[in-house]
Amino acid sequence: MAKRTGIEVSIAVSEAVKLANTDVIAAYPITPQTHIVEHLAELVAQGELNAEYIPVESEHSAMSACLGSSAAGARTFTATAGQGLELMHEVVYVASSMRLPIVMAVANRALSGPLSVWGDHSDVMSVRDTGWIQIFVENGQEAVDNTICAFRMAEDSRVLLPVMVHLDGFHLSHMVEPIMMPDQKEVDEFLPPFNYPLPLDPSKPVTMGAFAPPIVFTEAKWAQEMNLEQSKDVILEVWKKFGDKFGRYYNPVECYRCDDCETLIMTMGSFSETAMMAIDKLREEGKKIGLFRIRLWRPFPFEEVRETVKNAKAIIVLDRAISLGMGGPVASELRNALYPLEKRPKIMGFVGGLGGRDITPTDFEKIIKRGLEIAAAGSNREFEIYGVRE
Amino acid sequence: MSKQTVVETKERFAPGHRACIGCAEALAVRMVCKVLGDNVIIVNATGCMEIVSSQMPFTSWTVPWIHTLFENNSAVASGIEAGLKALTRKGVRDMSSTKVVAMGGDGSTLDIGLQALSGAMERGHNFLYICFDNEAYMNTGIQRSSSTPYGATTTTSPAGKASIGQFSWKKNLPAIAAAHNIPYVATACPSYHRDLAMKVKKGMEVKGPAYIQILSPCPTGWRCPTDNAVEVGRSAVQCGMYPIYEVENGKYKINVSPEPLKPVVEYLKGQGRFRHLADTDINKIQDKVNQDWAHLKELAKI
Repeated sequence: MAKRTGIEVSIAVSEAVKLANTDVIAAYPITPQTHIVEHLAELVAQGELNAEYIPVESEHSAMSACLGSSAAGARTFTATAGQGLELMHEVVYVASSMRLPIVMAVANRALSGPLSVWGDHSDVMSVRDTGWIQIFVENGQEAVDNTICAFRMAEDSRVLLPVMVHLDGFHLSHMVEPIMMPDQKEVDEFLPPFNYPLPLDPSKPVTMGAFAPPIVFTEAKWAQEMNLEQSKDVILEVWKKFGDKFGRYYNPVECYRCDDCETLIMTMGSFSETAMMAIDKLREEGKKIGLFRIRLWRPFPFEEVRETVKNAKAIIVLDRAISLGMGGPVASELRNALYPLEKRPKIMGFVGGLGGRDITPTDFEKIIKRGLEIAAAGSNREFEIYGVRE
Repeated sequence: MSKQTVVETKERFAPGHRACIGCAEALAVRMVCKVLGDNVIIVNATGCMEIVSSQMPFTSWTVPWIHTLFENNSAVASGIEAGLKALTRKGVRDMSSTKVVAMGGDGSTLDIGLQALSGAMERGHNFLYICFDNEAYMNTGIQRSSSTPYGATTTTSPAGKASIGQFSWKKNLPAIAAAHNIPYVATACPSYHRDLAMKVKKGMEVKGPAYIQILSPCPTGWRCPTDNAVEVGRSAVQCGMYPIYEVENGKYKINVSPEPLKPVVEYLKGQGRFRHLADTDINKIQDKVNQDWAHLKELAKI
């Protein structure tokens, strides 16, 4: 039986990778991801996880080695953050376009410069368009559950796409939380063995990674886009099956007290739980405000988002990244998703929590107040950076 | 060495590829594949051989083959090797007899992929790396690499009033590979096909990393007639510009001894890339070749 224990979230993610009976881990250390890969190295060294651990010389090689092991038919995991994700950037595209079901945990971190090892979503935004399935988790339990789910989603023969599990660096990766760790038998029942349909094998030679002239490239991208869009059905199916077995259900968009709300806050990642505290307080004060957060970042859950906000008049978005010269990337995507609606809510974008800056429940209250002021004035606002010290 | 290794008639690098006329790199790949046999997985870096052999939906490869990017073939090979090990150990598929072979040009090997190669050699993966050295970025239009010989004109080291052409001496990657203390390092040239075949066979049999660098004359980039790539390759070896040797467990051995060395001018004069060189430049190259050859002979004595 599963038991609930206090455990650091990074360690718990590694334990989930072990429960998934992973074959190959190729990784390079980078803060705040280090505890994940250190603990995996320890598990392999102690003989608790029967896997090959490749201590590569860079993140570029980490993802490249993952391409190789996955193409050979081995269940493959890596983890990275911030600059590491940037260094492996071009390889990240190749993993999805070659349909290699690698699972990667990203302990989200700011990008240089100035150098910052602390958390935000800058690294996520640089890999938005890479063709990976991307899931945001908010706490340690979700990190464990979704790491296990990620393997099943990725390796489903209808999907065969890599999956990123995003967890906020430090704010989540380094927390000690009470987590219900599934036991091995349960995970074995839930997660079938990896069976890649056309692995590199001399008994049945394949050519992988042939180049595409213009006459083929568009079709290759079309096929990839169809594949990613259609993966959503499998993602929902996996979450349903996981919920039925383990009692914890996940959705592409998660709502908190947002029924019939005219004002909504939108977040992604671990700050969502902080926002909930602010919501509770404002609710006690009689203000009808709810929260929704995106869990399934790619493929983007258009229908679920539209359904969630159908009664909203104002949405306040907190972005933990800035697209310089443009604003908050999540707010921008929300505007894109809601543009087809006949009755479009006002969208107030805020950028905050950059480079490890904390956002407290009080900060959320201030952001909401400011957002409502802008909405009451009848104007949209592209974005404001919250909490700049003058 | 078995007779079969040298004369095997089965072709594994299929005809119909798009290599330039007279390409000695395609010749080298063809010879290498005859020795590799069928029980291999080839990891190809982006470059001439990848581009000429794999235009979707065609392929020239009769063995499992993967290409991903330019600078990462050693890392991809590391991952495949680790994957095969894990699958074998866990009883999923017995892949214990399958060899992983990484291939790349001099640009991907000596320049952009050097870090990944160094990492894979240092970690001791059981793989054979073959560098097809045509001494410049030929696929993108004859740009200099760190493997381009001193004085050669390329599109990014053009000879001119203020430039001799390539301004630096060729990087000695076999020495760098040997410095990783790997079990086998060798140079070769398709002009010496028996030697090449023997070395590929050794590289396949070694447990651990092996590095073979094959001079692959490129008539297009070297500006030489398309029917004499084999002769040019032989000339490079005989003048000492491209010594053919191996380093087995740290022990150097010269496999083709061309002494007395022919003058380098005989090698240089047949190629348009060196046409602009003055006698003083040629003398400078001759001095460097003499010095390097003497050094190699010293190493082979130890």
